[in-house]
Amino acid sequence: MNDGREKTSGEDTLLTISDVERIFGGERRLFGGRAPAVHAVQSLSLSVRKGETLGVVGESGCGKSTLARLVVGLDDPTSGEIVFDGENLTDLARKDGNSLARKVQYVFQDPVASLNPRKTIRTILEAPLKHLTDLDKDGREKRLTELLQAVNLAPEFLERYPHEFSGGQAQRIGIARALAAGPELIVLDEPVSALDVSVQAQVLNLLDGLKKTFGLTYIFISHDLSVVESVCDRVAVMYFGRIAELGPARNVFGTPMHPYTDLLMRSAPAPGRHVLMAEDASAELPDPYNPPAGCAFAARCNRKTGACLDNLPAPDQAPGPDSGHIAACYHPLIEA
Amino acid sequence: MTNTAISGKGRQAGKSARPGTFSLLLNNTLATAGLIILIAVCLLALAAPVLPLLNPDVTAPANRLLPVFSTGHLLGTDHLGRDLLSRLIWGTRVSLAVGVSATIIAAVFGSMLGLVAGYAGGRTDTVIMRGIDMVMAFPYILLALAIVAVLGPGLLNALYAIALVNIPFFARNIRGITLGLSRREFVDAARLSGKSPAQILFVEILPNVLPVIVITMSTTVGWMILETAGLSFLGLGAQPPQADLGSMLGEGRKILFTAPHVSIVPGVMIFVLVMAINLLGDGVRDILDPRLRAGSLTRPVARTVVLRNPADVPAPSGDENILDVRRLRTEFQIGGTVYHAVGGVDLALRQGECLGIVGESGSGKSLTAMSIMGLVPTPPGRIAGGAAYLEGEDLFAASDRRIRDLRGGSVAYVFQDPLSTLHPLFTVGNQLEEAIRTHQPLSRARTREKAIELLSLVRIPNPKERLTTYPHELSGGMRQRVCIAMALANDARVLIADEPTTALDVTVQSQILTLMNGLRRERNAAILFITHDFGVVSAICDRIAVMYAGRIVETGKTDDILASPQHPYTAKLIECVPVLGEPERRLDAIDGRPPVVNNLPEGCAFADRCPQAQSLCRTGEIELVAAGADRGVRCLFPMNREPSA
Amino acid sequence: MGAYIAKRLLAAIPVLFGLTIIVFLIMAMIPGDPATAILGSYATPENVAKLNRDLGLDKSLPEQYVIWLGNLFQGDLGRSYSLNRPVLDEVLERFSATLILAGTALVLCSVFGLLAGIVSAVRQYGWADKIITLLVLMGISTPSFFLGLLLILVFAVKLRLFPASGMYAIYGGGDLPDLIHHLTLPALTLSVVATGVVARLTRTAMLEVLRQDYIRTARAKGLPEREVIYKHAFKSALVSVVPVIGIQAGFVIGGAVYIETVFQWPGIGSMLVKAIATRDLLLVQGGVLVVAAAYVLFNLLADVVQTLIDPRLR
Repeated sequence: MNDGREKTSGEDTLLTISDVERIFGGERRLFGGRAPAVHAVQSLSLSVRKGETLGVVGESGCGKSTLARLVVGLDDPTSGEIVFDGENLTDLARKDGNSLARKVQYVFQDPVASLNPRKTIRTILEAPLKHLTDLDKDGREKRLTELLQAVNLAPEFLERYPHEFSGGQAQRIGIARALAAGPELIVLDEPVSALDVSVQAQVLNLLDGLKKTFGLTYIFISHDLSVVESVCDRVAVMYFGRIAELGPARNVFGTPMHPYTDLLMRSAPAPGRHVLMAEDASAELPDPYNPPAGCAFAARCNRKTGACLDNLPAPDQAPGPDSGHIAACYHPLIEA
Repeated sequence: MTNTAISGKGRQAGKSARPGTFSLLLNNTLATAGLIILIAVCLLALAAPVLPLLNPDVTAPANRLLPVFSTGHLLGTDHLGRDLLSRLIWGTRVSLAVGVSATIIAAVFGSMLGLVAGYAGGRTDTVIMRGIDMVMAFPYILLALAIVAVLGPGLLNALYAIALVNIPFFARNIRGITLGLSRREFVDAARLSGKSPAQILFVEILPNVLPVIVITMSTTVGWMILETAGLSFLGLGAQPPQADLGSMLGEGRKILFTAPHVSIVPGVMIFVLVMAINLLGDGVRDILDPRLRAGSLTRPVARTVVLRNPADVPAPSGDENILDVRRLRTEFQIGGTVYHAVGGVDLALRQGECLGIVGESGSGKSLTAMSIMGLVPTPPGRIAGGAAYLEGEDLFAASDRRIRDLRGGSVAYVFQDPLSTLHPLFTVGNQLEEAIRTHQPLSRARTREKAIELLSLVRIPNPKERLTTYPHELSGGMRQRVCIAMALANDARVLIADEPTTALDVTVQSQILTLMNGLRRERNAAILFITHDFGVVSAICDRIAVMYAGRIVETGKTDDILASPQHPYTAKLIECVPVLGEPERRLDAIDGRPPVVNNLPEGCAFADRCPQAQSLCRTGEIELVAAGADRGVRCLFPMNREPSA
Repeated sequence: MGAYIAKRLLAAIPVLFGLTIIVFLIMAMIPGDPATAILGSYATPENVAKLNRDLGLDKSLPEQYVIWLGNLFQGDLGRSYSLNRPVLDEVLERFSATLILAGTALVLCSVFGLLAGIVSAVRQYGWADKIITLLVLMGISTPSFFLGLLLILVFAVKLRLFPASGMYAIYGGGDLPDLIHHLTLPALTLSVVATGVVARLTRTAMLEVLRQDYIRTARAKGLPEREVIYKHAFKSALVSVVPVIGIQAGFVIGGAVYIETVFQWPGIGSMLVKAIATRDLLLVQGGVLVVAAAYVLFNLLADVVQTLIDPRLR
């Protein structure tokens, strides 16, 4: 399922995220002062090329879901800009509330929760066709049949309610809904983590097939390194709201530069792996309300120096030996 | 992936088996009684104009205060000689109309406010809710009184007052539900489908809120009837000569001592009417409220019920096993359907050993673990057969007292989600000390010391300060460490860990696994480790038992099974997961879904999804066949079998 | 914790101000000429004009409010024309009687409601649960004024065990036993509905809590069932029951309006009913204001208790 990997189909950039920041909280309070603020995403820059699958990995609280919501317009950045196909998302939204939804769609983590329990599958799938396309009734009917076929579901499912479906089937419906209006980019937010392993593979294979059929671009968000490695062309590793490492999947996973990527890989359990290289102590994420001045990972890092504690490393502090592979680290595991 | 579409067959039966809302309601005797009484009263009230009743307002001083059962006056007459039966029926008509109208007015306006506040959020929400809070700052009836004081006494004014003071009640309720719903993923999905906010609010959210509105209405309509009656009783509602139940009672009160029937008749009527409404409302709530619906299935009891045939209790399999589970069967009964969640499981755990139970959700792995110490909720669960021996002692035959001593003593549990398994309202120290105190008679100071020791044992920094923290103040990893410390409080011989790292991040997971691995070697405790992840199994388990549809399909040493799985399910389960460092691996998905355990096929439960299945696989009982030391497989055509074996 | 309580107290101040505005507006919204409403339709024009001036009704609404609020701060709620005495004196005297009645009822409903709710939850679907559920439903379906009449009929008229009305005996009363003797019937009547509400809620809350994972943990630790229920489960249930008891305080005070009328208890409820009947609006205004303020403070107390139980709310 990785044939497309070598030739990252040209260099045309579909989506550019530049210096985006999203702060939660921090509003003024009634009696002076401000509510505590959390930087969910901070000075984040990233571009997605047409036809690729970009993976975003990280642990809970690293900001990957916030990033996903920003890209599909479910949330707005506090600062910075996101440009899709040459157009700023904010401008796009101002022009027509639905123009972004025609181009960028989203697949949710919890497939059952993403379907309204009181609507039939037909109503759910027809909504994007009604609001995002100008298909007439017959056209919509035809498209519905195509969609179900694309995700391998029987047509009689149309009249059913979500509670009658298993997680895997519900996720197929979620995917069909995302495909309905013919988007160019689909953001997949942990699309398989709520599913049983045996169903997980079905959905991953389906996504792979759809990408080829419809010429889609994916942003694939997951906490599971092995899933990301198996489906992605490029990977961004996030830690504490920032990108720690970014590069082609085979470079990032083959020769990680950032000590955090390395720790993640050594911690991941794999069949046949007996000893997990864990940190000896019990180090965890820093307090988001009281972030450290320097590198957020420094407290857990055995390569840290004074510089790491005092100053933030730039996202491309360490350029890797291969082009496009960068890490935000003063002391990368591999020097260029 | 096969090209045949997943078909919807087989779900049809399930759909028709779901009882309809109305038939559920009729199953509830009390609610049915309420419904019948209510219908009767409503019919009577509606039919008042056509019934052969005397004019309720015609006075006849000659006939005043006739007792009940007088000729021509079934219920007697009041102080002006008016027929009580006639007044009662006409009064009921008024009371019902006022109560129902007030409910509808309050429900419509309150729900609108709640919907808008909950969905809009931000400033709109703040303004609306502050207003609601202001109104709620008045004691309910007091506000109604004040409103009537302003508007002047009268039935319509009483209606307005009652409706108005109930608006906040609806608004608050509906706002809470709306707020919860509008954060749900399907609302985001609707936004991405191009729906406008108004469409989302009325087309997506409203249908989900509607049951709550109905519940709230059915539980408040009785209350509203009582309240309007109250205002009339005080002389602030219905004005003479018009009568509602409350004003009849108010008039009767003045002659309570001489003619009690004049007040008792309307009083009983109010009671019967409101009681009928409340009985019905309770029934409606039970059916529509999803929490109650789910809750009616599980009843919290201290220990799982054991219903096994005493003549058929399997003997322990050997002496060397510290925990020995034999032919364990655990069932769930939901309605008339029995789910064979655990269908005859054999497990043996030796001193210091870690045995992993691997399976997908619904395979019965957790229930097997919970059954051992009777932690499966009854009803719907019950242990239907088999035995569990702890060092030779039959746990299913032990007294409740004995089980209590063993729980947290010899056998300790670590559960999946450390946030929900720790009590949110007690400090870490309190919960830890409680675990120690329950099993060891130590002094207060010594207990505290021991708690600190335990926290440092699980490598929690600053253990002394940590004693006074609450679970929500700790991170997920730290919480799970506390749970492990609690499990180790009394030198458990067997530790049962149910997906202890599933809710944690990978780096924290590896910390916890390393910790557990170290501790079991240090303390020589046996671990029963339940997980769905072969990677986790590799890191900690000596042996594995793979479960599918309530049974063990393969068991053996971890390395042997990973290297050469013999059951096709095991093989598939290993192959369908991507492995780090092998990105080119083809994911071999398993088609279809596991069978539902209330209707297991004959033969092998995996046959329908198995590429190797033959007709023989679908008949008879397939036994777990030993295949070398510690190895067993429940398959007629096992894979990877060495020719010599 | 101290800081939290201080913060809650501060937050109550805007609510109290809001109350004064609402109370003021309600009175300002009276249709027609307030002075005529107060003086009745036989008032002479001179009297009406004088009263309008006295009440400051010739000024604009905000001005009126400021003046009224200023007077309020000086403890001046005006004069009751029907009683011809300062409203504040009358209201405070009446309110203390109501507090005794409502306070007793509130204690009764909390104790019985919690107990019944726990028993009902622990014995879910058992006989005790069914009987309690039915009793509770009957309790909340009975009009309290009707129940009061029945109790008077049975215990005062037929059995002559308790007095039918009043707070103290007219001759030779006035001590505590006399008060309790008079208090029994009205307090019981008043607490019936609230007991039902508290019991219902306690049952639901307990059932919800008993299904939680941490209850399974408590059992897995080997705790005796008694501790699981009365320590672990009950504490969690209290978090959701305490605010309801706070709200019940409002219902009990409101319900006192009926009960005081039925039992002729000299409280603020019977005062309000009379004041409304005689259109003594200043008295209504003062009474409503004092009761509402007390209710706000009581709910504040419930909030603080809830926070004491649940550290997550701090």
